[in-house]
Amino acid sequence: MAEQQQLVLLDFWASMFCMRVRIALAEKGIPYEFTEEDFLNNKSQLLLDMNPVHKKIPVLIHNGKPICESSIIVQYIDEVWNHKAPLLPSDPYAKAHARFWADFIDKKLYQIGRNLYTTKGEEHEASRTEFLECFKLLEAELGDKSYFAGETFGYVDVSLIPFYSWFQAYETYGNFNFEHECPKLVAWAKRCIKNKESVSKTLPELPKVYDFVQHLRKQYGIND
Amino acid sequence: MGNESEIRLLGTAASPFVNRVQFALNLKSIKYEYIEEYLARKSELLLTSNPVHKKVPVLLHANKPPICESQIIIEYLDEIQPDLFQLLPSASLDRANCRFWAAYIDNKFFPLYEELRRTTKKAGQEAIKEQMIEATKLLEEAFVKSSNGKAYFGGDQVGYLDVVLGCFVRWIKHVDELNDFNTFDEVRVPELAKWAKNVSSHEALKSVTPGVETLVSFFGLLHIYKPPYQ
Repeated sequence: MAEQQQLVLLDFWASMFCMRVRIALAEKGIPYEFTEEDFLNNKSQLLLDMNPVHKKIPVLIHNGKPICESSIIVQYIDEVWNHKAPLLPSDPYAKAHARFWADFIDKKLYQIGRNLYTTKGEEHEASRTEFLECFKLLEAELGDKSYFAGETFGYVDVSLIPFYSWFQAYETYGNFNFEHECPKLVAWAKRCIKNKESVSKTLPELPKVYDFVQHLRKQYGIND
Repeated sequence: MGNESEIRLLGTAASPFVNRVQFALNLKSIKYEYIEEYLARKSELLLTSNPVHKKVPVLLHANKPPICESQIIIEYLDEIQPDLFQLLPSASLDRANCRFWAAYIDNKFFPLYEELRRTTKKAGQEAIKEQMIEATKLLEEAFVKSSNGKAYFGGDQVGYLDVVLGCFVRWIKHVDELNDFNTFDEVRVPELAKWAKNVSSHEALKSVTPGVETLVSFFGLLHIYKPPYQ
């Protein structure tokens, strides 16, 4: 009971960044409380106090101290609860390699993906091309391995798998098919869902995220 | 550490991200071979070492594949040489805090200087300067909390954030001069101003800080490849 009160996650169900944290916590078997933020319309005072710089989720509050930015949170969880299910490899080179790909995912996917459902014309076309290029690079990096680091589910998998729940939205607004463009990644995503309860229990249904994106577009005033 | 020629760094003298890695290598007394890249004509070595981003710095360590992205390189250096001049703190919460501010510096703070360089309209420039003032306020607070009354973010000794932010001081001064601004103003951000002087004069950074001709030349290149917004 005292244990449970020590960890609080400020969360939003559709955020791929929050999903990363929930997957990491589940992998480690760590109990926690979570608060669903009304992120679009009404951020809580707790969120504003715990993340005054960015005012964004996820925020992990551990014994009252906030940790922000999903990649930083996942690394923190991996370091503190290092006795179980290590996410980052111990070899410094392999660690650097994993961090590079997680950084690539962070820098590129969300923003370019967002352009797919918020822009039109030339900007949309350029974003679509760039988005597919990013996924082709990730497909090449995965290759024929089961997971990005080889046989074990790890940091890069955690960073990328939440984006799978957005695939229906990306396909619809990007006008492409992931199965055609990156079959290995699609197989990898299904493998993560099948083999990892942390993933299957965390990822929302693809149509639900698609509905959410339609709702977002209405909020932004974007017409079909 | 072993053989000196084990580590090679691909870089360009004017790049603060490259200076950042050099600062770290110098602090850790790691000998390395430095290879200057001409970014207008990228070498085969650079393009094959960093095919994803095609950028410097790139660290080549012995026969291992290349490591890219300056913060990732520095964490790697910390891990292969944990006993000599540790840059990241040991406590997990402190590490998370360092990484948070490092991300802020690279993703929110420094891009303002590129924005300012490329913005020609007065109203736009003023808006960016306002954001810089806000950002330095946050960094001043972060410095005060982190330094605990000492000279550096890392305390008595240079630490991770000193390296991450310190490499930008010279570049920022150059952009400031071109834009009638003073980022590290002694009245507005007194502690950060003191820190900027301290870190710039640290031998490990001073020895790799580019001179004004190098910066002017590089800014000339940037003007062509990343010109001002229309």
